[in-house]
Amino acid sequence: MIRVQTEDFDVGLEIQQLRLAQPNIGAVVSFVGQVRDMNEGDAITELTLEHYPGMTEKALEAIATQAKTRWDIADILIIHRIGQLKPQDQIVLVIASSAHRGEAFKACEFVMDYLKSEAPFWKKEVMTSGESRWVEAKHTDEDAKHRWQHHKN
Amino acid sequence: MHMNIKLFYFARLKETLKYSTEELALPTEISTILQLKAFLAKRGDVWGEMLMSKLKVRAAINHELVDDKATISDGDEVAFFPPVTGG
Repeated sequence: MIRVQTEDFDVGLEIQQLRLAQPNIGAVVSFVGQVRDMNEGDAITELTLEHYPGMTEKALEAIATQAKTRWDIADILIIHRIGQLKPQDQIVLVIASSAHRGEAFKACEFVMDYLKSEAPFWKKEVMTSGESRWVEAKHTDEDAKHRWQHHKN
Repeated sequence: MHMNIKLFYFARLKETLKYSTEELALPTEISTILQLKAFLAKRGDVWGEMLMSKLKVRAAINHELVDDKATISDGDEVAFFPPVTGG
């Protein structure tokens, strides 16, 4: 399931819903991303997330489908927030459920690595000086994605 | 035969070009993303800098990421944007 929203989310509630949805689940793995208060050596006071409505949902859906094809996964939930955020706000949630933990761990990491380099979101940050700037994409995110293309599992 | 497409710009591109979306009738000789970028770059300094300089620009056709060689068809939704930074 994919949700792109301005509102915050309740991690505990989301985990419980996925966990109780199917009795054959033995493992639920989650990742929560939060807004950092520093970037490139500057203190950050605010972050705005822009996205490409329509494409975002499709890209996230495609990533979740890939993960489900690759591993034995019961369900995947991706929630990504948009709009204005502050340091320590939750920004992204990925939950993968499976019969066994190994598959769920891998699927969760895979989804985050692909989301980082394929889902059309852009961050703009405001520094303490009041100036704002677009966050630059990192090579390490692209490398993290490529890692999965060389491994079978 | 002219091709009509819908264009979208995002993030730094949208801000610098001062365009978020436009409808465009493409001259017949333009059929790929690279040709479209070169065509738009002729609009002026900022357009050339944003679309044809060493700055990285990614493109999507009908919500799918594509490379410079991808072919555009009549009625397509084309988007240009910087490398993504979500998560």
